[in-house]
Amino acid sequence: MLKNYDELSPVAIDCLREIGNIGSGSAASSLSEMLGKPIDMKVPNVCVLEYQQIIDTMGGPEKIITGILVRLQGDIKGMMMFLLEDSFAQVVLSTFMSADNVQVTNLDDMQLSVITEMGNIMAGSYLRALSTLTGLTIDMDIPSMTVDMLGAIMSVPIIEFSQVGDKVLFIDDGFAIDGVDIKSNIILIPEMESLETLMKKLGVM
Amino acid sequence: MANLTIGISDLKVCRPPDVLVTYALGSCVGICLLDSATGVGGMSHIMLPDSTQATNGSATPMRFADTAVPMLVNEMVKQGAARSRLKAKIAGGAVMFATASDRFNIGERNIVAVKEALRKEGIPIVADDTGLNYGRTVFFYPETGIMEVRAASKGNKQL
Repeated sequence: MLKNYDELSPVAIDCLREIGNIGSGSAASSLSEMLGKPIDMKVPNVCVLEYQQIIDTMGGPEKIITGILVRLQGDIKGMMMFLLEDSFAQVVLSTFMSADNVQVTNLDDMQLSVITEMGNIMAGSYLRALSTLTGLTIDMDIPSMTVDMLGAIMSVPIIEFSQVGDKVLFIDDGFAIDGVDIKSNIILIPEMESLETLMKKLGVM
Repeated sequence: MANLTIGISDLKVCRPPDVLVTYALGSCVGICLLDSATGVGGMSHIMLPDSTQATNGSATPMRFADTAVPMLVNEMVKQGAARSRLKAKIAGGAVMFATASDRFNIGERNIVAVKEALRKEGIPIVADDTGLNYGRTVFFYPETGIMEVRAASKGNKQL
């Protein structure tokens, strides 16, 4: 039985990478539909990283990030988290609410709920793609979001999955809307049992 | 003067004019201890409340409130602090995502465990900036005994 991500074979990691690609593509196209704007997807970079590496890669513990947390239920239990840089909130709010140059640390309830909803739809679309690909049932709880320091946001999965290890699947997902580069990162942390289910289903274990 | 950074599940001890800092506490708790007579100061950044609940036997004792607090105290005593003079300031233990499904409520449990561990050591808590729903960076200046808490949307405060 798998104990942590270190035990995943290179083939299994490739497989997760592919899942990341498909999910991200699907999430980006729903975002494109909602915004009514074309999206240029970049090829996502999917890797297994330590939390600390993720924090360093993304700009350090004090960087302000929009975090959207989605808990997974069903055949795949665990957590998925969208980590979105300022530009994401800016584009979403200027498209839907004609609000420009908003201070992301100071959003009102309506703005928060618009961004949460956007995360909700992207997460749903991501998971539907994963579910279709694997034939597994994946349900999600209502997402919750916060805008805060990256380190503080990351403490949530670090703590909750501390028994599993210090590595997670990290999807670095760039896209551009109207020529504006949006950096979006997703971390996916299935519980070990679920990861095993997933690997078996995909025939790599 | 040096800034000593305390990572997650880490602790450090210093003397003035050095400064202790831990970045972006979420549900974790930062514990600052000071013996003002000698200036020996210490900081610990704990992640979980209880070492006896750990299934991963290799985890460092600095990860848990119940083991990190005595370890920090011992380290400070080794460097010349008097146990009886130690005073504590604590920060962190936030609930970062407000959902009904925060089944662990780990922030709150961390705060309770830290207070209990300090009580067992007989160390009074003289300042407390815990709970609520936002991240905190904590600077601790053994020279003055001031704990400075910086938050993204709340500005800075000195305790």
